[in-house]
Amino acid sequence: MYSDKVMDHFMNPRNVGEIPDADGVGQVGNPKCGDIMKMYLKINDGIIVDAKFKTFGCGAAVATSSISTELIVGKTVEEALKITNKAVADALDGLPPAKMHCSNLAEEAIRAAIEDYRSKNPGK
Amino acid sequence: MTRDTGKKEIYLDHAATTGVKQEVLEEMMPYFSLRYGNPSSIYKLGRESRQAIDMARERTALALGVSPSEVFFTGSGTESLNWAIKGAAEANSSKGKHIITSNIEHHAVLHTCLYLQKKGYDVTFLPVDRNGLLTAEQVFKAIRKDTILITVMTANNEIGTIQPVAEIGAIAKEHGILFHTDAVQAIGNIPINLKTLPVDMLSLSAHKFYGPKGAGVLYLRKGSRITDILQGGGQEKGRRPGTENVPAIAGLGKAIELASQNIEKYNAHMLNLRNKLIDKVLAAIPYTRLNGDREKRLPGNANFSFEFIEGESLLLLLDMKGISASSGSACTSGSLDPSHVLLAIGLPHEIAHGSLRVTFGETNTEDDIDALTEALIFSVGKLREMSPLYENAAKNI
Ligand SMILES: Cc1ncc(COP(=O)(O)O)c(C=O)c1O
Ligand code: FES
Repeated sequence: MYSDKVMDHFMNPRNVGEIPDADGVGQVGNPKCGDIMKMYLKINDGIIVDAKFKTFGCGAAVATSSISTELIVGKTVEEALKITNKAVADALDGLPPAKMHCSNLAEEAIRAAIEDYRSKNPGK
Repeated sequence: MTRDTGKKEIYLDHAATTGVKQEVLEEMMPYFSLRYGNPSSIYKLGRESRQAIDMARERTALALGVSPSEVFFTGSGTESLNWAIKGAAEANSSKGKHIITSNIEHHAVLHTCLYLQKKGYDVTFLPVDRNGLLTAEQVFKAIRKDTILITVMTANNEIGTIQPVAEIGAIAKEHGILFHTDAVQAIGNIPINLKTLPVDMLSLSAHKFYGPKGAGVLYLRKGSRITDILQGGGQEKGRRPGTENVPAIAGLGKAIELASQNIEKYNAHMLNLRNKLIDKVLAAIPYTRLNGDREKRLPGNANFSFEFIEGESLLLLLDMKGISASSGSACTSGSLDPSHVLLAIGLPHEIAHGSLRVTFGETNTEDDIDALTEALIFSVGKLREMSPLYENAAKNI
């Protein structure tokens, strides 16, 4: 039911882990309804230079976390905020309809991490 | 993605379904295109089909310890349950509208009861304890003047727990209340003899014991009054009309015959595998629990929860290693809630999420246990490394 690309990102997730001196950290979801995603960002001069994640969730949740980190590294904060869950799903060659909600999580996690960064660095 | 190649495929999901046995297949084959006659036709071709059905009915009756006239063939376990429950409810509605069941029944029972609730029936869903067990005492206390039906599963499909159906049946009998049991998971796995077991109705399904899919039986004890849900021709004494699925019925008959002949050996084989697996997994993987009573469970069933991880991810990793199993995680159900059975035994959502059901079958061996344990150590470890929940737990110790 998953595309080869989803399976690839699930089996070999990119950027799993933590960034100890992250500039922004965001955690979304809650264990009750299933999934939790935690995103760590390293940001230099408004550009995302590193991203790492940890995820508790299904194959689609892991794969969307993984591809999101790839999509945002090298982008400005503003550009990263424009990434939609649809873009995340498209980058994975699509997700089964029942799994589209998992890609919201990635979008929300990026947003939460950037908000955290902005709250620590007002004006950026 | 390529799966590990050259490795044996290990099927550990026999509660989902089983493969049709060679002897069963041979029993079925002639009735597809060689002996295709309609069993209701009077000429030879028809009579041959009729004989196949008669034979299947006799085999089923013998395996269950009942009379052939009490055996009705249906199109699935789900159909049998629907017939028993709706039929009993309708036939007895002038006496009362109260039904007693448990809160861990299969969806086929649960949703049938919810349907009846909408139609004005009153259903008591008795809660099981933390081990997934019900007591006859609970059933006794729930009985009211207007109770017309008790339906409790013999064995649970997820956690394998075996309910005290003999005691519950005795109580139902004392009160003159119809008692139905969903024995879909039990038949073929534990001995069941209706000569001594006080049940009025029992549902079973062939595909759980090496028979074909889409073949079920409703056992209706003589004198049990229920209405029919299908109206049509004269098949199954007019009670379950529709031209019979002759090959499937023939296969069911052979499968139940083999299952009842082999039950002791099969039972012992399953028990050995299951106990070894449980010991091994609990010892090898920390933060793991066994769901469902350790003793009062189907011989081939083990159900674990691995904390901090999600079941669908685990199934995908196991599948990559050629291992097939199942999970009660919300992510596999397509809904936001994990399995109602795991919630009913008091698991928090996040622990129900990390559940894995392993159900053994005839061809499994001790090597499969080693392969599964190894795969679990790897897969659970990998997912925990990725899990933000594990991170916190690791910090707390
Ligand atoms: C306990 C239980 N009841 C009922 C059913 C439904 O049987 P069938 O698949 O034949 O409709 C199943 C099978 O999934 C089951 O495990
Ligand atoms: S995390 Fe539950 S369905 Fe994706």
